Amino acid sequence: MSRLLETRRLSVSIGGQPLCKELDLQIMPGQSWALLGRNGAGKTTLIHHLAGLHRPAPGTVFVDGRDLAQIAPRRRAQLIGILLQHSSRGFGANVIDTVLTGRHPHLPTLAWEASSDLEIARSCIQTLGLEELSSRSLDTLSGGELRRVEIARLLAQQTRISFLDEPTNHLDLAHQATCLRTLQTRCVSPKKAMLMVVHDLNLAYRICDHWLILNGDGSWQSGRREDLADPGALSKAYGHPISRLASDDGPVFLAQL
Amino acid sequence: MPSQRHQLLLILVLLLAIASLTAALLVGSARIPPDEVWAHLLGNDGSINDRIIDQLRLPRALTAFAVGGLLALAGALIQVLLRNPLGDPYILGVSGGASAAVLSCMLLALPGFWYTPAAAVGALFSTLLVFGLTRSADDWHADRLLLTGIVVAAGWSALISFVLSISPSGQLPGMLFWLMGDLSDANRPVLPLSLLGIGLTLAYLRARDLNIATQGLLQAAALGIDTRRLRLELYFLSALLTAGAVTSAGAIGFIGLITPHLIRRLGASDHRILLPAATLSGGSLLVLADSAARTLISPMQLPVGVLTAMIGVPVFLFLLHGRRQA
Repeated sequence: MSRLLETRRLSVSIGGQPLCKELDLQIMPGQSWALLGRNGAGKTTLIHHLAGLHRPAPGTVFVDGRDLAQIAPRRRAQLIGILLQHSSRGFGANVIDTVLTGRHPHLPTLAWEASSDLEIARSCIQTLGLEELSSRSLDTLSGGELRRVEIARLLAQQTRISFLDEPTNHLDLAHQATCLRTLQTRCVSPKKAMLMVVHDLNLAYRICDHWLILNGDGSWQSGRREDLADPGALSKAYGHPISRLASDDGPVFLAQL
Repeated sequence: MPSQRHQLLLILVLLLAIASLTAALLVGSARIPPDEVWAHLLGNDGSINDRIIDQLRLPRALTAFAVGGLLALAGALIQVLLRNPLGDPYILGVSGGASAAVLSCMLLALPGFWYTPAAAVGALFSTLLVFGLTRSADDWHADRLLLTGIVVAAGWSALISFVLSISPSGQLPGMLFWLMGDLSDANRPVLPLSLLGIGLTLAYLRARDLNIATQGLLQAAALGIDTRRLRLELYFLSALLTAGAVTSAGAIGFIGLITPHLIRRLGASDHRILLPAATLSGGSLLVLADSAARTLISPMQLPVGVLTAMIGVPVFLFLLHGRRQA
């Protein structure tokens, strides 16, 4: 099976502070990854690099066998989608127009969205349960509704790799569950993979089969979740005692209060 | 394809443009009947009225249209660049640089043909100054750009006040007219009209990118836009358009701020509609304001900037208030 995304000795730093040193990561199609680590460990910066939003850092990122730095921006956006950590309401465009912008990388410069694009946008809106908000301005949406619009836009982009930076931000428990389930079915397939930054270890364990943990000092661990979900290693990564309990639905992680 | 509502909006602003230009040809201190206006426009009988139409009203109306269009288009672009729907084409100091240069020419009592090149040089200098100060090693924050522009504009403003305060009183009215924006000498529409055509074409090629850029530059990059290039294009294109407008008619206020806003209010936030609609209605608004400026207390002429501000201030406050309520 060919690697969908691969990094070789990728070193990411911010302000001279190393966030991850010589990262070697291989993401295969069909895999679902969680990116874990304490605040400021560099999770967001790392996925911005992996998604090609920043200038190349030392090391190489390969996407579908090609050097990411050599892929033109529009082509890159056909392959890689990213849900950013912070939402933006723009100038108050409406929901359907915003979701339609997910089709942008697939359209030639002067083209208008075809009916097939509209079809895709509508179905993504439906998937996220936003039909009734379709013509509402983003200015009038709640934080959670806006988050779902952004997830719908990402789905409309139909990329092979999806990066999700705290996808459950602003979502209530029910929507956290349904949205993550949707992302799992739509962004992970024999040709697709996803990597999400998430703070809830329980969600990370239930949704993602692989974990990448940034320890905050430049060191990192990656692998199957079963091998990494060790309370000792997690406590070290977060700098806080974390215990693991067994339940019928699998392990439950609790931070000591 | 544009929705029916958007098509209707484009047709309406096109009709408004035609109506405003027609009105500008019809009104003035000399009363010329409509059928005669049409005949003078097409033919040439060498009469006084013929010259009034062909050499005064038509070039002035076309210049006003071009300047209004340039300002509205520049405003729409600046608002995306600064990611602030209240951005104004003058906020980056372009008009300040032009005004300071022209007023210095007036102070030195240079002949009038110096004003246009001086305004162009002043605008260009200010554009490059703000750009140079803002272009840091890595990123180009909207806030940093805005702050630099405002500070540089304040610098120009101080220089302008200085020139005003040391100028002989005989030169003050001319200077004030220029500062407020004035179309009474504006009779060369070819340059601003061509600039408008080129600017609108270039901006239109980026229209869909602009829609996305309003959602933030990171999001634009995520959707495959080369944001570094887009920002450069937006900055220099909007500066060029503003410089073209200021060079032709001085610093006419409010058209650039309000027109894109009005079009958004009318339901067109898609730049593929917004850009042409704002350009056409910005042009129309300035033609109407200028027609009023030269007829309201005729034979005296008001600087058109006074009228655009008088209309602009309440409209702006209304928009701001309505925004808060929404």
